[in-house]
Amino acid sequence: MNAPTQISGPKATENIQETQLAIKSESQLESKSENKPSEKPSHDAITSGRYIGQRVRRKEDPRLLTGRGQFVDDISLPGQLQVAFARSPIARGDIVAINMDIALDVPGVHAIYTQQDLACYNVDMISFFLVSPEVEITPLANGRVAYVGEPVALVIADSRAIAEDAASLIEVEYAEQDPVISIRDAHHAPPIHPGTDDNIAAQMGEEDIDEDLEAELQRAPHLITHTVVHQRISQSPMETRGVLVTFDGSEEITLYITCQSPHMVARWVSIALGLPPAAIRVIAKDVGGGFGLKNHPWKEETAVILAAMKLRRPLKWIEDRYENLIGANQAREQEMALQIGFDHDGTLIASHGNYSCNNGAYPQLAECNIAVHMFVWAAYKMPTYGFLTRGWYTNTVGYAAYRGPWAMETLIRETALDVAARRIGLDPIEIRRRNLVTLQDQPTTSCMEIPLEDVTPAECLEKLLTAFDVAAFRQEQAAAREQERYLGLGLATYIEPTGAAGAITTMTGELAQVRIEPTGKVTATMSTHSQGHGTATTMAQIFADRLGVAYEDVTVFEGDSSRGGFSPGAAGSRQGVIAGGAAIKAAELLADKTKLLASHLLDTTPDNILIDNGMVSVAGQPDKTRSLADIANIAYGEPDRLPEDFEPGLEAQYRYQPPPMTFSSAANACVVEVDSDTGFVKILRWISSEDCGTPINPAIVEGQISGGLAQAIGMVLLEEVGFDERGNPTTATYKDYHLPAISDVPDFEFVHANTPSQSVGGMRGVGEGGAIIGAPALVNAIADALSPFGEVPVELPLTPVKLLSVIEGRDLSRKTAAPANTPAQEGNTSVAEPVTPATAPEPAIAPATATATNTVAAVIDGDWKMILSTPMGPQEISGHFETQGDLLSGYLSSPEGQMDFSGTAEGNNLKFDLKVQKPMKITLKYNLTVDGDKLAGKCKMGIFGSAKVSGERA
Amino acid sequence: MSKHTIELTINGRRHSSDVEARTSLADFLRDDAGYTGVHLGCEHGVCGACTVIVDGKAVRSCLMLAVQTHGSDITTVEGLAADDGTLHTVQQTLQDEHGLQCGFCTPGIVMTMAALTDESYRSQANPTEEQLLGALSGHICRCTGYQGIRRAAKKLANPVEIYSGDES
Repeated sequence: MNAPTQISGPKATENIQETQLAIKSESQLESKSENKPSEKPSHDAITSGRYIGQRVRRKEDPRLLTGRGQFVDDISLPGQLQVAFARSPIARGDIVAINMDIALDVPGVHAIYTQQDLACYNVDMISFFLVSPEVEITPLANGRVAYVGEPVALVIADSRAIAEDAASLIEVEYAEQDPVISIRDAHHAPPIHPGTDDNIAAQMGEEDIDEDLEAELQRAPHLITHTVVHQRISQSPMETRGVLVTFDGSEEITLYITCQSPHMVARWVSIALGLPPAAIRVIAKDVGGGFGLKNHPWKEETAVILAAMKLRRPLKWIEDRYENLIGANQAREQEMALQIGFDHDGTLIASHGNYSCNNGAYPQLAECNIAVHMFVWAAYKMPTYGFLTRGWYTNTVGYAAYRGPWAMETLIRETALDVAARRIGLDPIEIRRRNLVTLQDQPTTSCMEIPLEDVTPAECLEKLLTAFDVAAFRQEQAAAREQERYLGLGLATYIEPTGAAGAITTMTGELAQVRIEPTGKVTATMSTHSQGHGTATTMAQIFADRLGVAYEDVTVFEGDSSRGGFSPGAAGSRQGVIAGGAAIKAAELLADKTKLLASHLLDTTPDNILIDNGMVSVAGQPDKTRSLADIANIAYGEPDRLPEDFEPGLEAQYRYQPPPMTFSSAANACVVEVDSDTGFVKILRWISSEDCGTPINPAIVEGQISGGLAQAIGMVLLEEVGFDERGNPTTATYKDYHLPAISDVPDFEFVHANTPSQSVGGMRGVGEGGAIIGAPALVNAIADALSPFGEVPVELPLTPVKLLSVIEGRDLSRKTAAPANTPAQEGNTSVAEPVTPATAPEPAIAPATATATNTVAAVIDGDWKMILSTPMGPQEISGHFETQGDLLSGYLSSPEGQMDFSGTAEGNNLKFDLKVQKPMKITLKYNLTVDGDKLAGKCKMGIFGSAKVSGERA
Repeated sequence: MSKHTIELTINGRRHSSDVEARTSLADFLRDDAGYTGVHLGCEHGVCGACTVIVDGKAVRSCLMLAVQTHGSDITTVEGLAADDGTLHTVQQTLQDEHGLQCGFCTPGIVMTMAALTDESYRSQANPTEEQLLGALSGHICRCTGYQGIRRAAKKLANPVEIYSGDES
């Protein structure tokens, strides 16, 4: 019933045997043998447990397996009413009239609200980085609609069925306009949002390739230009979005909501609604997957919260799948052209990237995906790189994150390397060996200034090759081709920034709070959140391991913003790294405290105390053994028996601030057979060789990677959100949007490298990697299989029709537009380029007479309100300028602080530099032109390229 | 909307309810009978999360109307484990094999596997691995990549292997 195209699964293994691929058997690769914890716990005195590194059963599973989980829609409150939305049936237009009379007359309807009713709350729809959007975003449509599915009115009724009935009876009259749907159209079309200059939502980098870079590219013996077109993806968590809002008393709001961190939701709602943080409690015990969609509330959830504030009744909205596929923000629609210059021997010389992504109408973050450029060559010895990167507004549902949002960098680089290898005549393994950064090369710094100390992609690749006999495969492949069967091998390597903390406001450390109860059992409260990640399990393993108690005796609480401290939760493969480190540190503090008390009670020193399986004993004196409960009872209840200055109880907490970034590395191999008659792809084998440092629970690590790989298979072969030319979604059900089924996903084999990282505990993040590296591994395998027929254009998904077009050498697909990002030298000079304020004609510079100086001063001096388009979104800055002749001085201030500067003022042209520390140490070089009460220009931000600046007199 | 009185058995308990003709079995089980383990993932019969056992057969409760179940015997995921909390073989095998992550699709997968392998529901011989995987191809899991689900299916198709493996 699902996704009918691809065949794989259990048969794959048999098929391998039939075709005699000279590949080691699965049992030889059985990863369990490699799962020994790679790091000795630092507290040798705690001898029990050793739970870190074990495949223990998950604590979450019994309730989820018996239907006793607590998802949002499982909670019902007395007096609750249900919400449905009336949504726009057109992609672009003005709302002329809304008639709700008939709908309001439906029995059981309590209220219908439009944006007018909610405007009084003045919501600021901030991004994940807590930055206000450039374009006004309102919970419900404000006088105009900008995508099909945009919520126009919110209906509150006794039941969802009645609310839907009433929503269908709301009459909305629209003055329809022609929509802008594709990235290509956005280049040329007038702006879709009033008050903007163009459809560029975000832009970084240089519009013209640097002359030196251009020269390097042109001198390269091999210059490859590789283009990737990536389709739009629906994150499709199996639980759709949903929220239940209620008021406890007059001032406390409780939200039950699908999310990736209750703390992040509380923070977002608090700021967006201007409410004191203490007034909001967010509870999300079980969440059915997030994958980036549920980072923070968006239009619908916010509208429901406001409606509940207005009506003062508990309100529930549970998104249905149709709404989810048209109205929930989506991801990935992007195009990129990458030029790479290679030397004769295949070593890298220089590269330039030109990237665009579709932001839709109301992105959760105005995104030009700077991370693509930061990491595209981070693990490779690339001398120099330049880029242009832009995000485009269109009349489609807005952009949101999806597992590994910057994954294009690995996809385009790894597929380009294979294209280059074929063209230069090198083996795909060899081209990587010649260019990858190895452990011996480190420490080093990438061409984009990413410091590398312990990345292991080259080592992962070598480890992978011990598990896969490439030479034997090539023989097999050659023999198969003689029978007109097309086998292919795809390799890919990558590094992934994980566990990031410190550079961005919302990416923080994690808090662990742990106590040994008077019962001797261990209870911990974590800032983590699981949408399937199993953090209650992995964190319990750490506490059991480091406290010397049974895993069964540890309970971890999370999922409630009133418990534990702030954390953005599941975002950026961070919880295992950071919360894992916090748990270890907190457990060690608590173990130390326990030993101190025990040594006092047992008349010895703390060093002699052993804690094992919930029992406390003195080394070498088995008669001196007490249960942890005995010790805990005294700690809480008998203050007279405690050492001097000993704080009663057995409690500890630790907020762990990890290194700014911890890298994971991996290499994958994928073997496919492409049927040359049908264009169907069968995945025969898949091996993941990955380095996630210390695996807390290898089964959970493999689960994260496998889930990501399955999503990558979906991206390469099956999934695609579609629109017709009027912007109507053409994939509004799972009969049209094909998710991978069990028959589409093969058995994955694992080779673990386990190089401990420098974070506490040695973990490296593993949440997103599969979704990043899986796509190029599979694309490369397909391209290798079909190489006798020519190159396979990387326009995802690679449907049978597209592959047959390659096989048969003719275009069998319906007409599709060419990618907007033609190679950079053309793309950068496109007629559709935005008007760049900095290119305004140079003003005549007046002589430096007193009069002229006064005039310049009058034009420039004073206070200005400016907006700088940073990689994190538009940032408001206030500036103060003073001129003295052609000397400029003043200060810029932002929420992060105030900085003085000095520079030059030539006529109405201002130039000045500022050195900043965040997100990296860079010098900002401003070049602004004042025109009356407005100013515009650019800010060069080091390796981030140039950003747009606009402003007006304050 | 017309109302109809239905009488049926859910997880061994008798129920009598008045339902609207248009109410799906899934909505009835969740909202009226209180079995919130019945999960709605798509409401158009693709994802399989809402699967329950109706008179011995695995059924997508989003595609069946409550009125159609008058006189039926229904088991939801809440009705499988023993009263003392001991998991059903299918449930235990899925836990042992790490066959779930977020757990949203899990009730449907459990019920399809139970309908085919549990002697109290199945009318035919225990399914082969291929048959079980064929049935599971009608379930969408977005988290696991199906690795643990497939391992569980292999074990359930070859019951002698169940519980013979070592435990961590």
